[in-house]
Amino acid sequence: MNIAPPTLPSSPLPSSPLSSIPLLAVRNLCAEFRTRSGTVSALENISFYINPSETVGIVGESGSGKSVLALTIMGILDPAGHVTAGEILWSQSAATLNLLNTPEKVFRQLRGKDLSMIFQSPRTALNPIRKVGKQIVDVLRCHTQLPPAQLKPRAIELLASVKIPDPAQRYEAYPYELSGGLCQRIMIALALACSPQLLIADEPTTGLDVTTQATVMNLLKDLATDRQMATVVITHDLALASEYCDRILVMHAGHLIESAPTAELFQSPQHPYTAKLIAATPEPHKGFNDLAPILGNLPDLRRSDLPPCRFVSRCDQATDPCHNQPLVNTQVTETHQVSCWHPLGGPQL
Amino acid sequence: MSRTSTPTLIFRRILAALPSIVGVIIITFVLTRALPGDPAAYFAGPAASQEAIEQIRETLGLNRSLLAQFFIYIGELFRGDLGMSLTTGQSVLSDLLARLPASLELTLAGLFFSLVLALPLGVLAATRPGSWIDHSVRLIATAGVSLPTFFTGLLLIYLFYFRLGVAPAPLGRLSLLYTNPPAVTGLFLIDSLLAADFGTFWAALSQLMLPAITLGLFALAPLARVTRAAMLGVLSSDFIRTAKASGLSRRTILFGYAFRNALLPIVTTLGVVFSFLLGANVLVEKVFAWPGIGSYAVSALVASDYAAVQGFVLTMALLYVVLNLLIDLLYAVIDPRAGVES
Ligand SMILES: Nc1ncnc2c1ncn2[C@@H]1O[C@H](COP(=O)(O)OP(=O)(O)OP(=O)(O)O)[C@@H](O)[C@H]1O
Ligand SMILES: [Mg+2]
Repeated sequence: MNIAPPTLPSSPLPSSPLSSIPLLAVRNLCAEFRTRSGTVSALENISFYINPSETVGIVGESGSGKSVLALTIMGILDPAGHVTAGEILWSQSAATLNLLNTPEKVFRQLRGKDLSMIFQSPRTALNPIRKVGKQIVDVLRCHTQLPPAQLKPRAIELLASVKIPDPAQRYEAYPYELSGGLCQRIMIALALACSPQLLIADEPTTGLDVTTQATVMNLLKDLATDRQMATVVITHDLALASEYCDRILVMHAGHLIESAPTAELFQSPQHPYTAKLIAATPEPHKGFNDLAPILGNLPDLRRSDLPPCRFVSRCDQATDPCHNQPLVNTQVTETHQVSCWHPLGGPQL
Repeated sequence: MSRTSTPTLIFRRILAALPSIVGVIIITFVLTRALPGDPAAYFAGPAASQEAIEQIRETLGLNRSLLAQFFIYIGELFRGDLGMSLTTGQSVLSDLLARLPASLELTLAGLFFSLVLALPLGVLAATRPGSWIDHSVRLIATAGVSLPTFFTGLLLIYLFYFRLGVAPAPLGRLSLLYTNPPAVTGLFLIDSLLAADFGTFWAALSQLMLPAITLGLFALAPLARVTRAAMLGVLSSDFIRTAKASGLSRRTILFGYAFRNALLPIVTTLGVVFSFLLGANVLVEKVFAWPGIGSYAVSALVASDYAAVQGFVLTMALLYVVLNLLIDLLYAVIDPRAGVES
């Protein structure tokens, strides 16, 4: 997949002009959950790519399938979930693996080493009865050849690298003794222990207070830049994504509906949902009354008669084809895609 | 927040147990006085005259007021005197001390047997929910709960002693052909090993097998069920997802991360099960003629032997206190959060 500069004059350059092969390419990914109350179509026809060392945001309201997508890429979807179609291509040192049919034994050596993930609610994401330092050592022991005597010093180094004060002392701490912000830094240290190429951060700041949110996000950004690591930031906060991400993917009810470089997305959103999301996002110049909530809810993903466009019931522009014709994907520019019968067109400023 | 040191924890536990011990002392005293039957008459024998009975009543202090008797009893307790048993003619304390190891050995062996089965079964069932292993664990668990211990005991004797002849006669801790190993711990299995007397070890083990299995089957159900539930809960928790995302091996995740966390509810249940087993002992000891404190208590009860029954109940109460203390300490070893005050 070739990434050329976008044709819109107002758009910024894509983050990674160096590379022609994306680090991660997801193609036509479909996943579902078989539950007692029916089959949940959690992901349908998801395609996107992540270039080396770029930061990409995935935004969408609760239940749109962001976490399921992340867990599917990591290969740790819970047993009720099944991938029914598609491929997830991972390209590293000139070789490409389809993670969906990579043997677990091989995949396990990538997880936590080449592709890592951090989660929301960092306190519960850490083992409550194991010293945090030991948890980092567990990862190092699993993926590196470090001699046993160097494991602890290395873990302390890692704690220092995420700016934890008194790292040697914190090594001995249990998660319950640390604040949420500190726990999230520990999670970051754990995820970055083996210098991964890709870090997926699933709502890394949800549940933290505003100032801690900013420090954690800045830390992530700095670390990613230093290590030239690609980062996927999953959030329902479009403002946060716009601040930290080079590109943004918008998800709605298991569909990837639009993807574009950040500035381009804000200047000319093509999908009505994206436009509404932007309108609903607080900004300094907007008053409270300028914020337009998005009406309606996500459709029930267990329905067997889901319309081709899952936004149709909430959309002002819906016409007949939206209800009964297969969804169309439009390539607006080289880097800007939208799945809609009636893209909004022209920059909306 | 601060972590409490272990001695403080122990001290606080003992302090907290004092009221229940006082309560047990009062209740046993009142209950044993309310038992049917006249101990003086029993002690004097069927042929004794009325005066003889009265005289015995006086020497035993039974003609004083209840309150006076209670204070005498408390005073004796403080001197470590549990009184004389009317049936054995020995001091109750020495009777109990002589029999306690037998009961402990049986209970511990039963617990060991059930743990060795329940933990792997529970873990297997949790890692493959809905599989045949899961279903058979549930079946065993239900069977274990619904069969009363005396029935399983008799069934085992019938099968392995009477029918198959592979088990020795259910007559106590050691067949008459062997002498007791020199007492160190009082537990025959350990003492015989210490004395390097493997013949006796084997004999003691074969005597212990059936009663221990009887007890163990009783404990198997709750332990396997709790292990399964605890493992299922832990395996679906956030930190296990982190461990998977970090690429840790299945073994590390299952045993290093999940099982250690699942141990917390398992240890709690262990405490409850252990106290159930102490109670179930009474019946199993009767069935297998096991010379423990349970069968001692049954005989004492039948003979209205106040002092012995009181001594037994008190011993049990102390055992419960010690047991709970051990459970708390074990909990503190596993969970750093235990004993933390904010
Ligand atoms: N284990 C599961 N079993 C059944 N359905 C599930 C499971 N996990 C997720 N789903 C369903 O998949 C859909 C997407 O969920 P997902 O957790 O990915 O949403 P999300 O975008 O991450 O939302 P949030 O912002 O709340 O984290 C939801 O409809 C959810 O009900
Ligand atoms: Mg989520």
